[in-house]
Amino acid sequence: MKSAVVLLPGLNRDRDMIAALTKISGKPPVTVWQTDTEIPDVDLIAIPGGFSFGDYLRCGAIAARMPVMRAVAEKAAAGVTVIGVCNGFQILVEAGLLPGALMRNTSLKFVCRQVKLEITNANTMFTRRYQPGQIIRSPVAHHDGNYFADADTLARLEGEGQVVFRYAEGTNPNGSINDIAGIINSQGNVLGLMPHPENLIEAAHGGTDGRGLFESALGIAA
Amino acid sequence: MIKARITVTLKNGVLDPQGKAIEHALSGLGFGGVGAVRQGKVFDVELAESDKAKAEADLKAMCDKLLANTVIENYSVTLT
Repeated sequence: MKSAVVLLPGLNRDRDMIAALTKISGKPPVTVWQTDTEIPDVDLIAIPGGFSFGDYLRCGAIAARMPVMRAVAEKAAAGVTVIGVCNGFQILVEAGLLPGALMRNTSLKFVCRQVKLEITNANTMFTRRYQPGQIIRSPVAHHDGNYFADADTLARLEGEGQVVFRYAEGTNPNGSINDIAGIINSQGNVLGLMPHPENLIEAAHGGTDGRGLFESALGIAA
Repeated sequence: MIKARITVTLKNGVLDPQGKAIEHALSGLGFGGVGAVRQGKVFDVELAESDKAKAEADLKAMCDKLLANTVIENYSVTLT
C-alpha cells in the first residue's frame, strides 16, 4: 500500500506520521508540499498535526486554501483514503471535506494527555480492526478540538454512523458536542480526528492501541 | 482606493468559551450587569478599486472564501 503525507509550514507531527506509516505499511510515504498541485498515485493520504501557518485567522484556515488541498480534494472525490489528525482534522473541516468546525477548548487550555476513545462505528475502513464499542487509549494535544456542528448536521452524522470515535468515560478534553473525537465523510473515505493514534503504535510508545486504525485504513490483514 | 471594515462574529447558538471568560473577568472587575459577551474579529482592508459595488462584491467573496467560517460565523462589510 502506497501512502502520501502532506507537508505544510508549521506542522510538527509530520515525522511521527511518516514513522507510523513506514512501520505499519512497510514502506516510507511520499511527501507532498503545500504548493504541489498533483499528488502521486497512492492509496492513502495523511495530513499530520501541528500548527500550520501559525494557526493564524482560524486553525487550519490558511492551509485549507493552499494548492495541495485542491489536489487532496480531487483524490478524496476519486475515492482515495484520507486521514487528518489534529491540525489535519481542522484543515479537512476548513477545506469543506468534512462537516462542522473545531473551536477553542471549553477549558480555554491546551490539553496534552491520554484519553479513552470508544469505537462508535467499527464498520468503517478506518476501524474494521477494532470491535464495536471497544475502548482504546490515545494521546491528545490540542487547543482547539471542540467539535461543533449545527443540529441538522449533527443528526445526520449520528444517524449515518459518521461519528467514528467518541471520548469515553468522562475523558472529553475539549467540550466537543456529543463527545465527538473523530468523524468520517458521507462517502466513508475521509476521516478526521483530534487524537493522535500515530503516537501509540509500538511497545516503545507504551501501547499499540492506535495501530488498528492504520492497519484498517491500509487494508493490512490481521 | 476604498477602505472597508469587515466584522466577523459567532452565530447565535455557537458556544463561545473566550467570550464567557471575558464576561466573567468583567464581572470580576466589578462591572455589574454584564449580561453576555461574544468575541469576534475585525479586519480593516484597503482595496485598489474605485467602483464601490465591485469592491463590496469582492469583500463579500473574501469573507466567504477565507475571512469567515460560515459554519460558525456571520460577517458584515462596511465601506469606510
